[in-house]
Amino acid sequence: MPTEAAELVFDEATKVYPGRDGAAVDHLSLTVPAGEICVLVGPSGGGKTTALKLVNRLIPLTSGDVRIDGTSVLEHDLVELRRSIGYVIQQVGLFPHMTVEGNIGTVPRLLGWPRRRIRQRVEELLELVGLDPEADRRRFPSQLSGGQQQRVGLARALAANPPLMLMDEPFGAIDPIVRARLQDEFLRLQGELRKTVVFVTHDVDEAIKLGDRIAILREGGRLAQYDTPERVLAQPADAFVAEFVGRDRALKALSLHTLGELELRPAAGDGLLRLPAETSLRDALALLVAEHREALLVTAADGSPLGVATREDLLR
Amino acid sequence: MSGKLLAAGGGKVIIPNFGHGTACLRRNGWFCLGWLRQHWGDTLQPALLQHVELTVIAVGLGFTIAFLLALVGFRFRPADGPLGALGDILYTIPSIAFFELLIPLTGLTLTTIEIPLVSYTLFVLYRNLVAGLRGVPAEALESARGMGMTRLQRFLRVELPLAAPAVLAGVRVATVSTVSIATVAAFLIREGLGAPIFDALQQPGIFRTELLAAGGLAILLALAADALLAGLQRALTPWSRRP
Repeated sequence: MPTEAAELVFDEATKVYPGRDGAAVDHLSLTVPAGEICVLVGPSGGGKTTALKLVNRLIPLTSGDVRIDGTSVLEHDLVELRRSIGYVIQQVGLFPHMTVEGNIGTVPRLLGWPRRRIRQRVEELLELVGLDPEADRRRFPSQLSGGQQQRVGLARALAANPPLMLMDEPFGAIDPIVRARLQDEFLRLQGELRKTVVFVTHDVDEAIKLGDRIAILREGGRLAQYDTPERVLAQPADAFVAEFVGRDRALKALSLHTLGELELRPAAGDGLLRLPAETSLRDALALLVAEHREALLVTAADGSPLGVATREDLLR
Repeated sequence: MSGKLLAAGGGKVIIPNFGHGTACLRRNGWFCLGWLRQHWGDTLQPALLQHVELTVIAVGLGFTIAFLLALVGFRFRPADGPLGALGDILYTIPSIAFFELLIPLTGLTLTTIEIPLVSYTLFVLYRNLVAGLRGVPAEALESARGMGMTRLQRFLRVELPLAAPAVLAGVRVATVSTVSIATVAAFLIREGLGAPIFDALQQPGIFRTELLAAGGLAILLALAADALLAGLQRALTPWSRRP
């Protein structure tokens, strides 16, 4: 089994497509520490997907280097490199002719695992991604919903326990409600698994929600800013970043924190709105504004009151 | 065949002689069970087996050739047009003309029958193979590549299985049409179910029982082959059935 998570380094990584003006990825340098989620975000033409595919060499580097735990991807055997990296794409790309079990077991089979071990691993993964190991194992992809398919895609990418995961807009084609749930589950999983993840999206909110760090790429594949979500929102590097994250970046920043993180006032008074501690400040504020209220009561998971927060408290 | 046409020698026969005929045979009835029982073993069964053999060889060889050509046409796109056109052209040659054209080259042999039969299968088999391979979803191929399948593994584990429904559909069409075209071959060479059909047609007044029996067997063979292949298709590609 490979190490749990790998450090990923882009070192002046550049891709120029022959016959096209300018680079798709232009001297990209950034380090993703082991066990963190790095979200590549930016407008189309920013080279997000190209940068991602430089890692598993689906697209060959023009110059520069990409290193996994200090070893250049160019030094790895191509096939071994790809088998050691989890890969999830927007269209999922499940094999229609294989059952869920067959799909998830793809890389373990390529690696020559014994059957029993593959079977056990499939069951484990189905449970991990919230599918039913008994009922769903024998189904074909066409018998699953979009959200279920993407769960299988995620399980398939995790099958051989890769230290690095590449995810190319994995939730892009899924409706907003299911997407939010998949994002939450993905964060919960990541809390357990602590993989190094490179995640491509064009959705700033998704980037802020999922990323430990966000890399904002602008047209021509140039890195505009690489920072934590807090810092990207609080201190955009330039006008491009400020515009890209949106005028409501102050509000977006509120979604990074929850009511539970506030210093609450002593609980007092009846008739206040009650909200659980894990509610984001942004959602709480939105509710206060909508309901024309000034304060709310924060409650624990069991409903017991923890304290009161006012509008000002939320905005501080 | 002897009991059926006693006075065949010398070309002088005018009056049909259906042997020591039953009333049914003298009447030249459509379905003389006695004759069928008597001649199943020496006429119909051998012809049926020959017909199966002709068909299996033609479809088997045709599939092998079409498969190799399809590999070329699939991997090397500029070859696809000409190869497809070759199949089309072969298919347009009328069957009897095709058989006759080969007689100076290969004589009255099995080869003379098989060359046109094989050629006719190429048209549908080649097209369906290439269409099946090209129809494999791009995202399935990309994830196969991204997960570290080699070129050969992608072909054997992803492309070929996903092309199977189209390919098997082609095999069904090729098989059924070969069963029918093979009956025409007996116009020149006495092989397969075409032989008793032509025998029956050459009798003055047409020997109805034999015509009906041999023609019926050809139809049943085509239906049986189609049903068998349809079953195979269902068994091999359970995923292509909608839930």
